[in-house]
Amino acid sequence: MNAEFLKELENQRGYLMRVARLQLRDTALAEDVVQDTLAAALTAQAGFTGKSSVKTWLTGILKHKIVDAIRRKQREPISASTLDEEADLEDFEGLFKDNGAWQAPPADWGDPEQSLSRQQFFDVMQFCLDKLPPATARVFMMREVMELESDEICKELTITANNLWVILYRARMSLRECLELNWFAGGGNRA
Amino acid sequence: MKTFRRAIGHLVSCKDVSHLLSQAHEKPMPWWSRVRVNWHLAVCSMCRAFDRQLGFMREAMRRYRQ
Repeated sequence: MNAEFLKELENQRGYLMRVARLQLRDTALAEDVVQDTLAAALTAQAGFTGKSSVKTWLTGILKHKIVDAIRRKQREPISASTLDEEADLEDFEGLFKDNGAWQAPPADWGDPEQSLSRQQFFDVMQFCLDKLPPATARVFMMREVMELESDEICKELTITANNLWVILYRARMSLRECLELNWFAGGGNRA
Repeated sequence: MKTFRRAIGHLVSCKDVSHLLSQAHEKPMPWWSRVRVNWHLAVCSMCRAFDRQLGFMREAMRRYRQ
């Protein structure tokens, strides 16, 4: 066994835990899934070609382990009614005037890409992701972090495509507003 | 001409455009929606800002993963 490889895997544990916890909303289960992922990575070490980063490779394994865990345990399954509830929660009516114009127009974020090199930005983003309603966060992570296609998510959660769009829209609108308030408006990008 | 362009651009509301722009991250936008959205974006700097922010958030999530 390659000690260096082992250390590399250990380094990713924190990141894997964050992703798994957001997905599963259950720390104990997330720990199991991450443990499984690291164990699988060790046995499959030969399958790691080095073409992608270790992180990307591990995320791929984690993705399958999470989907398996959701299937197997059916713990807190996202029921269609929870999703419907979260989708209509406020229907974002407050974001637009009656005529469909912005109530509070999106601000100019300047050159936001600069923020991507700052750890604090990702801390704010984590805070904003944690504020999303649980089922919404899970769907958003399936789409944006695990990069599942829409039809895979719909099949997995037995929701309609329309429902999926509304939930992702809701997630993006909340995330946008939260980042604007807590990062861009505060001048975090310029500090 | 300017008034005419604005009128065309506002045939679709900011609210509808925001939905269509978000959906475009999941599936290709039908051409007629694309035309209406582009007309709107040509006259609406707020929705242009929103569109850039959506793109930025996707990139930020990609970095978050790495």
